[in-house]
Amino acid sequence: MVPYIPNTPEEQQQMLQSLGMNQIADLFADIPEHLRLQRPLDLPEALTEPELLRYMGKLAQQNINLDQCVSFLGAGAYDHIVPAVISHLTSRGEFLTAYTPYQAEISQGVLQSIFEFQTLIANLTGMEAANASMYDGATALAEAALMSCNITRRSKVAAAANLDPQWVDILEVYLGSQNIELIRVPYGSDTGQIALDAFDLKTGSELACMIVGQPNFFGALEDVEQIASWIKGSGGLLVMAVDPISLGLLKSPGEYGADIVVGDAGCLGNPISFGGPSVGFFAVNGTKLIRKMPGRIVGQTTDRDGNVGYVLTLQAREQHIRREKATSNICTNQALNALTATIYLALLGNEGIKQVAYQCAQKTAYLRRKLVEAGFKLRFNAPVFKEFVLQVDVDWEQVNERLLEQGYLGGFPLKSAVPELADCVLIAVTEARTRAEMDQFVELLRGCR
Amino acid sequence: MLLLEMSKPGRCGYTLPKLDVPEVSLDELIPRSYLRETEPGLPQVTEPEVVRYFTQLSRKNHGVDVGFYPLGSCTMKYNPRVHEDIAALPGFSRIHPRQPESTVQGALQLMYELDQCLAEIAGLAKSSLLPAAGAHGELAGLLIIKAYHKFNGEADQRREIIIPDSAHGTNPASAQMAGFTVKEVPSDQRGGVDVAALREMVGPQTAGLMLTNPNTLGLFDENLEEIAAIIHDAGGLLYYDGANANAILGITRPGDTGFDIVHFNLHKTFSTPHGGGGPGAGPIVVSEKLVDFLPSPIVEYSDGRYHFATPKHSIGPIKAFYGNFGVLVKAYSYIRRLGAEGLKSVSENAVLNANYVMNQLKDDYYLPYDRTCMHEFVLSGKRQKELGVSTLDIAKRLLDYGVHAPTIYFPLIVEEAIMIEPTETESKATLDVFIQTMKTIAEEARRNPEQLKSAPTLTPVKRLDETKAARQPILKY
Repeated sequence: MVPYIPNTPEEQQQMLQSLGMNQIADLFADIPEHLRLQRPLDLPEALTEPELLRYMGKLAQQNINLDQCVSFLGAGAYDHIVPAVISHLTSRGEFLTAYTPYQAEISQGVLQSIFEFQTLIANLTGMEAANASMYDGATALAEAALMSCNITRRSKVAAAANLDPQWVDILEVYLGSQNIELIRVPYGSDTGQIALDAFDLKTGSELACMIVGQPNFFGALEDVEQIASWIKGSGGLLVMAVDPISLGLLKSPGEYGADIVVGDAGCLGNPISFGGPSVGFFAVNGTKLIRKMPGRIVGQTTDRDGNVGYVLTLQAREQHIRREKATSNICTNQALNALTATIYLALLGNEGIKQVAYQCAQKTAYLRRKLVEAGFKLRFNAPVFKEFVLQVDVDWEQVNERLLEQGYLGGFPLKSAVPELADCVLIAVTEARTRAEMDQFVELLRGCR
Repeated sequence: MLLLEMSKPGRCGYTLPKLDVPEVSLDELIPRSYLRETEPGLPQVTEPEVVRYFTQLSRKNHGVDVGFYPLGSCTMKYNPRVHEDIAALPGFSRIHPRQPESTVQGALQLMYELDQCLAEIAGLAKSSLLPAAGAHGELAGLLIIKAYHKFNGEADQRREIIIPDSAHGTNPASAQMAGFTVKEVPSDQRGGVDVAALREMVGPQTAGLMLTNPNTLGLFDENLEEIAAIIHDAGGLLYYDGANANAILGITRPGDTGFDIVHFNLHKTFSTPHGGGGPGAGPIVVSEKLVDFLPSPIVEYSDGRYHFATPKHSIGPIKAFYGNFGVLVKAYSYIRRLGAEGLKSVSENAVLNANYVMNQLKDDYYLPYDRTCMHEFVLSGKRQKELGVSTLDIAKRLLDYGVHAPTIYFPLIVEEAIMIEPTETESKATLDVFIQTMKTIAEEARRNPEQLKSAPTLTPVKRLDETKAARQPILKY
């Protein structure tokens, strides 16, 4: 008996009889007998709810979670404070159990919330328009690069060598499938920032876009103005990958003249959840770009009586209309995570987002000062946001093990992700960290030397 | 009223703990030229306003929890709430993707076990849990097809992916994204792939075939083995779009028919809530010969420990970290809750419900393929069209009766298509009410077409002007 299947045996019989059938197997007559599975699936035995809770609870307990330790891990996922009220709203069945809002008249809740998401993302990034969401920041970036090639009719993409290596690997997979060349722009070995002077700027005339992380993977802030004027002067697009939290403090991509802005909005109120589900955002400037965006877009309109309402719009870009000529294959995206981000941004508001960003900056600066005072070396000298690279002369993985014994998740060792920084570690500090935690972290590190 | 219209300076909906480190001047940290000069443009509202705003919004939305949702090809079944509780356990929701493997053994074990379950259900060898949605799984699968042919030195030659004209739009869009040329194969009179046409199309240029089965007409392709043989004999690979897998759990397995790659939509077949448009998950499962090409990372088990690994000829990563892990937790919970017998019962009842409704409606609506269907079926509104009532009008009228409309105007090969998927979690009583409602609407189309054309009238807004929205796009406040 499955408690989610209401048909009783009597009802099944009635329904079969109405079809002129005697048994369930008759329904599957189109499947040749020898293709039908002649045995039960070899799956673990069914569990009742309490048994399931016990089993899954046990698996969950085998993980060390962020409530049990103090984390300085970042590198693409961050331990930010999550307001308690968010999950109470997102767990409402009307949001949780709805499909993509194809029938607008009974989907105004989801549609209007997506319109809010588009509004808040566009405002925060300083752009004209944003879409309904992407799978995550990394795939949003890959789609931005593909779209740049589509817009400019060029087939080379430049990406800073200081972007998240994982995002670049994903970018390479997406670009490789369409034979688009990826060119890496080096970073300065002292600054960690993009070093345009070490790059052949003439190639700019062949580039569809230049991708800049702000902050970059090392937490360092780029001098975007210089990069913007070069790439735009070369006829390419400026694509920025940004941390949405940072925009409470940092100049918006729109102010730099960015053409496409992407990022991961998982950090806006979503549980960290082993890295997913997160949510990517995608914002652009200009009508031409708006009409080439991937993904769902919600627009405002009116109903027969002139009342304001919302619908999915500009669908002529999409796969269900254009099939192989669509701007992307994306269909299902991350609506509930976008709703989460929307509620987070609504709760925080202008002052709240500024405060989160400000606290991240101040606390990061505090930890950096403390580490330097303790004799540790910062790898780069550029200004940073929320994250920085520490150069260490010890085996960091061993250090991490010892830290873990004390309830600390140390930074992310760069040995395998960025081979040239094998002796370095990436440390993230969010507003969720306290002075006491940081002080003790420094003490523990001192002891590990 | 939108959030920014409610906004008042001086309000906020959340406060942070006081900054507990000595402050330094911001100028010392970040050059002024890097700082924002404009306001972030967010609303300033309090928590109760936010709660009421979103609660009111939710009341303007239909979900499976609210009422019947027979949206074809979307499998809008009930989503058990205990799965939400499980995914929210701190041991799942509060773990960081960069933690050492030794500290996330439970998460890896879950992924490994889910992988094995999906492989058994598909009749194939090994899964990648990375894809975030069905279309994302398609892309991954197509890149595997490409990598496989490249490995065999045939990448330049095998450039065509064959896709039936009844396929979801994501299939051709994914093939294009993966760098293939799309060739469309027509459907035959019975609604399956036109085998003769397929035979004509294949050759040394064939990279593979993407097939949705049961297809979007809700029909199991009777020539499945022949189709598989034609593609394999031509040297192509077989991709199985599992969007409609709710019909086949424990009944038949794509791998046993010769398919090389399958994707499942966990947010359809395995009951994870769709969230108004995601998050979903579209894991792929592949045959033994393709395991080495899977996206990275996969989860392996050796020496008593679970660990991430990169397959030998991996196509690379396609998504940050490990996929939509929270969704995987819910899907695995569902599989464990139901077991083999429960899953088979899911498909049996889904197919029974669909056939029951189809049979009751075929006198009132034209049924283009009058055969036993699987978990869904497609009607045509062409009789009503003759009365001046479109399928869109019928769909909108259903909203007035508190039912979400079926998928409409799809598949493209059926005129005025109405695609209905009841799912197994609906009772006969609900189906009977729906049948009666559809009959009433057919009657209304005969007697009072105007009533349908002005529908819906009982919804939070009346029929919305989509043309206006596209012509003069207003995409933000």
